[in-house]
Amino acid sequence: MRHSFAVRIGPVGFRIGSDWRAPIAQLESLYATYPKPHDGVPDFTVRLFAARPWRRFVRPAVMIGGDYVLPEAAPLPLAQGLLAAEMGMNLQMALGQRRYLLLHAAVVERNGQALILTGISGAGKSTLAALLSLRGWRLMGDEFALLDPETGLIHAFPRLLSLKNASIATVAAELPADRFGPLLEGTPKGSIRHVVPDAAAVAAMDQPARPALILFPSFGFEAAARDVSPSEVFVRLTQASTNYVAIGERGFDALTALVRTVPARAIDYPDTASAVAQVEAAWLDR
Amino acid sequence: MEDAGGGTVYRMARPETLKIVHLDSFAAIYHRASGITHLVTAPAPEILATLGEAGLTRSALLGRLAMDYELGDADEAALLARLDELVATGLVSTA
Repeated sequence: MRHSFAVRIGPVGFRIGSDWRAPIAQLESLYATYPKPHDGVPDFTVRLFAARPWRRFVRPAVMIGGDYVLPEAAPLPLAQGLLAAEMGMNLQMALGQRRYLLLHAAVVERNGQALILTGISGAGKSTLAALLSLRGWRLMGDEFALLDPETGLIHAFPRLLSLKNASIATVAAELPADRFGPLLEGTPKGSIRHVVPDAAAVAAMDQPARPALILFPSFGFEAAARDVSPSEVFVRLTQASTNYVAIGERGFDALTALVRTVPARAIDYPDTASAVAQVEAAWLDR
Repeated sequence: MEDAGGGTVYRMARPETLKIVHLDSFAAIYHRASGITHLVTAPAPEILATLGEAGLTRSALLGRLAMDYELGDADEAALLARLDELVATGLVSTA
């Protein structure tokens, strides 16, 4: 393709090709401190391309292609090309990753121990991960926890944090502007702004961590906490995994071992200050 | 009660095709033959354990369950319904 960019995020190498320069320039800037894929060979390829040749110029619309595609995916306007690239990278992971059991979760680490924050979209995973990374935690990722069936360790996947709508201002109040990507308005998920993980998260991204606590945060409720039984965690994590079925018995072994050995709690929180306090309290009680 | 299964012998699926992990009151079962994960609770694990590889008829199973487990006042029709569900999933065979 005319323009391309390669990057390694944790153990996974990507190559993004594009018909347009702009999304590649944004990726180069935001991922400037990241390494290149091992041996220069990416695991996955993403293509951002025009549906018709003239659509490179006339109302340019970005189609997302790659090794794995969603056939019904609608194109995005060129102004959201960065989002298209990130969606394409997530899609390759969700559909193509076989080495690790993928859990839709944010992960932060402290003292070599990983805290897994999982839950439905809008539960506040990315927001919490961003805020915790400003309070002494190492960010390991805001989208996927990579559980290694061989070792039971979580591997980091610290791609750009994806903040949506109200959480953008919440995090912007604490973070310098140069850590933010462009504000993308009118996306299918509302306003989105990406945040570059801090230097420590990038520098340590090859260091896995032992899972120590699983939290299910829910935003918008009175502060409350309860233990979650292993069988409920098992069901919720199979639902939160994009490749549980695909990797078969290794996934079963990894997940049953995780839920039998790692405590889990559900926390409801009315605001982010309460959420951070509840996370810290749950961590102390684990 | 009427024993619809007659003399049919019910067996747990071959042990090498199952992986059973007890989580709490639920057990997760990975069925290698289908690649499907089942999450089951009492009396399903008890039925599987009681049938074993040797297998039992329906009436013999009910007798053994009553003897070996405190399944309370679970009625026989309900126990046999659970047995039929296990047959439907492939975790129990009649072959």
